[in-house]
Amino acid sequence: MLRQLTISELTGRLARRECSARDALRSCLDHLAQVDGQVKAFLSHDAADALAQAEAADRDLAAGVTPAEKPLLGVPIALKDVLCHRGQPLNCSSKILGQFVSPYDATVVERLKAAGAVVFGRLNMDEFAMGSSTENSAFWTTLNPWDTSRIPGGSSGGCAASVAASECFASIGSDTGGSIRQPASLCGIVGVKPTYGLVSRYGLVAFASSLDQIGPFTKDVRDSATILQAIAGHDRRDSTSVPQPVPDYAKALTGDLRGLRIGIVKEFNIGGLDPEVDAAVKLAVKQLETLGAEIVEVSLPHSDYAAATYYIIAPAEASANLARFDGIRYCARVDGRDPAELNSRTRGAGFGAEVKRRVILGTYVLSSGYYDAFYLRAQKVRTLIRNDFLKAFEQVDAIVSPTAPTAAFKVGEKSGDPLQMYLSDIFTISCNLAGICGISVPCGFTKSPKLPIGLQVLGKPFGEETMFRVAHAYEQSTDWHRERSPLA
Amino acid sequence: MCKADFRGSDRRLHKFVWLPPPTVAEPPPDMEYEAVIGLETHVQLKTKSKMWCGCANAFGSEPNTNVCPVCLGMPGVLPVANAEAMRLTVLTGYLLNCEIPRFAKFDRKNYFYPDSAKNYQVTQYDRPSTANGSVEFEFEGQLARVRITRAHLEEDVGKNNHFDRHSGVDFNRAGVPLLEIVSEPDLRGPEHAYTYLKALTDILVRGGISDCDMEKGMVRCDVNVSVRPKGSDTLGAKIEIKNMNSFSGVRRALEYEIPRQIEAVARGEKLRQETRRWDDVAGITEPMRSKEDAHDYRYFPEPDLMPFCPTDDWLADIRAAVPELPLQRKQRLMTAFGLPAGDAQVLTDNLPLGHFFEQAAAGFKNPKAIANWVINNLAAKLSEAFAEVGDVKFAPESLRELVELVDGGKISSKIAQEVFAEMFESGAKPGEIVEKRGLAQVSDTGAIEKLADDVIAANPGPAADFRAGKVAALNFLKGQLMKLSKGKANPALAGEILEKKLKA
Repeated sequence: MLRQLTISELTGRLARRECSARDALRSCLDHLAQVDGQVKAFLSHDAADALAQAEAADRDLAAGVTPAEKPLLGVPIALKDVLCHRGQPLNCSSKILGQFVSPYDATVVERLKAAGAVVFGRLNMDEFAMGSSTENSAFWTTLNPWDTSRIPGGSSGGCAASVAASECFASIGSDTGGSIRQPASLCGIVGVKPTYGLVSRYGLVAFASSLDQIGPFTKDVRDSATILQAIAGHDRRDSTSVPQPVPDYAKALTGDLRGLRIGIVKEFNIGGLDPEVDAAVKLAVKQLETLGAEIVEVSLPHSDYAAATYYIIAPAEASANLARFDGIRYCARVDGRDPAELNSRTRGAGFGAEVKRRVILGTYVLSSGYYDAFYLRAQKVRTLIRNDFLKAFEQVDAIVSPTAPTAAFKVGEKSGDPLQMYLSDIFTISCNLAGICGISVPCGFTKSPKLPIGLQVLGKPFGEETMFRVAHAYEQSTDWHRERSPLA
Repeated sequence: MCKADFRGSDRRLHKFVWLPPPTVAEPPPDMEYEAVIGLETHVQLKTKSKMWCGCANAFGSEPNTNVCPVCLGMPGVLPVANAEAMRLTVLTGYLLNCEIPRFAKFDRKNYFYPDSAKNYQVTQYDRPSTANGSVEFEFEGQLARVRITRAHLEEDVGKNNHFDRHSGVDFNRAGVPLLEIVSEPDLRGPEHAYTYLKALTDILVRGGISDCDMEKGMVRCDVNVSVRPKGSDTLGAKIEIKNMNSFSGVRRALEYEIPRQIEAVARGEKLRQETRRWDDVAGITEPMRSKEDAHDYRYFPEPDLMPFCPTDDWLADIRAAVPELPLQRKQRLMTAFGLPAGDAQVLTDNLPLGHFFEQAAAGFKNPKAIANWVINNLAAKLSEAFAEVGDVKFAPESLRELVELVDGGKISSKIAQEVFAEMFESGAKPGEIVEKRGLAQVSDTGAIEKLADDVIAANPGPAADFRAGKVAALNFLKGQLMKLSKGKANPALAGEILEKKLKA
């Protein structure tokens, strides 16, 4: 079925004129109409705008535009509700933005469009990307296409679920502490968190500016490489984007791991790790060895401090980033006697509990008298964590671990306990703190119920080629990525 | 001193004021106090575009027309530092004799206010672009020096406009690059502070940093002031005054605030750190917030901008562009040309006139004469003609020629005025004018002797007076001779010859 194809399969068919971009989009929209009532991945989508883009893509195809010129020509790609898409709603799954419509395109959206993609839809997420299950969305909880009694992961839960349910060929999300890799793992697809500075953040509503990166969700590694190729690279509108050329990621997909040294982390043998996840990852490591890689144990001695460090830095930055939602501008105003009261009432009514928790936490750790003890110290520990990784990468070319300690959990299972919820990011958080790159690829399933398990491959700063090479070789030597969810 | 007096007519004005008797022993009545003042001056940089986006940095546009998603703080936007603003900041550092650290960064200052697009202001907190400088200026006939703590770069905020039933925010100003120049508490009085502000803004205008137009809000100033017994080296409670919208407002606010504090302290009151608002109409300061209500700005490094590490080459280019400062210029004009302070000041304040002077006087033996022509005659002619120095038709060298003609006795000063008028009118060279109009001074003894004879013959009375010992009569006769010669006779020679003939 058309909608179940990978991007490379679809673009092949489009280039051979075996189907049209309109057909591809139609297959997504029709299926969305059928299954999204169960998955609830999309907050909204503008079918007319998407169809117009698909028709434009068909005109390009008819005019002989090649995949080399526009690698994503005619490919329907959906967006997390945190990326600005001109003329489309932007809510960050929060009530506070009211009826806000983006007045401009994010750089990634511009680049996707320039590559020919049909960009459509607003995908559900945890409010302002704070959460690991989409249960913090102000609208509704997205459900896992493998088991709709379970969460799809988060914060980019809508991104992962929509691809796993074949409602789009790929989606674009953001990852601050695991928000791409963890839901990709829980939904059985591929998700990439690029190196900090590789993809422009212009047009991404900031949660934690020094940790946020934008990345793709796809059905296989090659598709992720194709999308990253299109969206990566220096952007003068983002001062933190790095002015260096982007390598050809497709060339890195050799299928060969001979000569590579791959690390497993001594400190990642933690208590809360699910035995089935542990077993699947251990098998994957064996498979990497079979493929020719040398497995080496590495140490990341400051791993224990990653979560504590993250939950100081991220909320601190968020407390400032979210201050602009004050009721003076944007739509959901609650009036008050003076501007300060209007502000606090609006924020009291407009933000959900998790956002308030983190804004309060972030305000506290930046307060006079506490800054040194919390924020400054956390920044120092962050440097130690980064140095741990840089040291480990002197010994190895990549590091592998589970992406998440468990498979998808039940709706409501952890939502009452923020600390339990925070632990689902335990393997992904340090990657953001260190500013390195990471990918999650499917590496098996739990037995009953059948739920996907993800393998995380971490690469050096700007080491996306090696990261893709390892993930791709592993993926191609297994069949996990060919499995489709019951709602696909 | 300065004790409040509630007797007489003042008492009626203060009908409802009751002051408790002092609880602390009053200081001796002859105790003298001094004020300790530091200024925080905000100056808008003269850049084409705003600090983080390409919007125009322009005053007077329709509300919310010079705006874009970035300066409106829309969700998802990021700042990109304006290179010209970074350059002007470092240039200011050089103008104010500051150190330029090799590492500077931006921070977020968090506070809520409706005119703020992001509810945090991007500023430089603990690693500013410039630090530890000074400003020198003349005050009460002496050279004063005020230390500059720092000049750091930040962004301006929007402007709230209040209407009958609602308020609006104009974001045209939001994101305009703003330099905050913080002085050490080196100022001691209202006039001192006023003169410092003038000197500082003169330097900034001269450096092309800002137009410093206070009416357009390009300069804003907060004052920190405390008082202490003269001779003490501890600082009193720091009181910040806000809301002055002119330099004279700053002076007036201090003229009000310093006696207020001294009276309070003299009464035995203990002043507490607070922020006060200057009411320009009432001419008073009033409490705004106390130390307890002070904001906790929760500064932290701005994660959207990279630290700023200037390179040697970049700094060298900026250093090369540092212009001569007003005080330096004045001092140079005095030493290099031997000008009196007054002349040097005029030629410093009016830079085009000064440049004209320097071109004319360079290497010339009588620069003072050139200065006189420029300051008195040229300036007057220009203002009569509503013209500027750039419109002057004659070359600066012509002025030199004119002075040479006078000094060499070729023409009299009186004739020189005529020549100058024609130079200004036509641009012709003075030598040519003298030649063409036959204005050359007559130094021919024979010709003058003939004139002297005629004058003595025509004025027998004054001639007799002189011979009778009335010396002043010679001046009258000399005047008659000059008149007869149409001003061309060499006056010194005329006097000599007349005197010789009368005494003969």
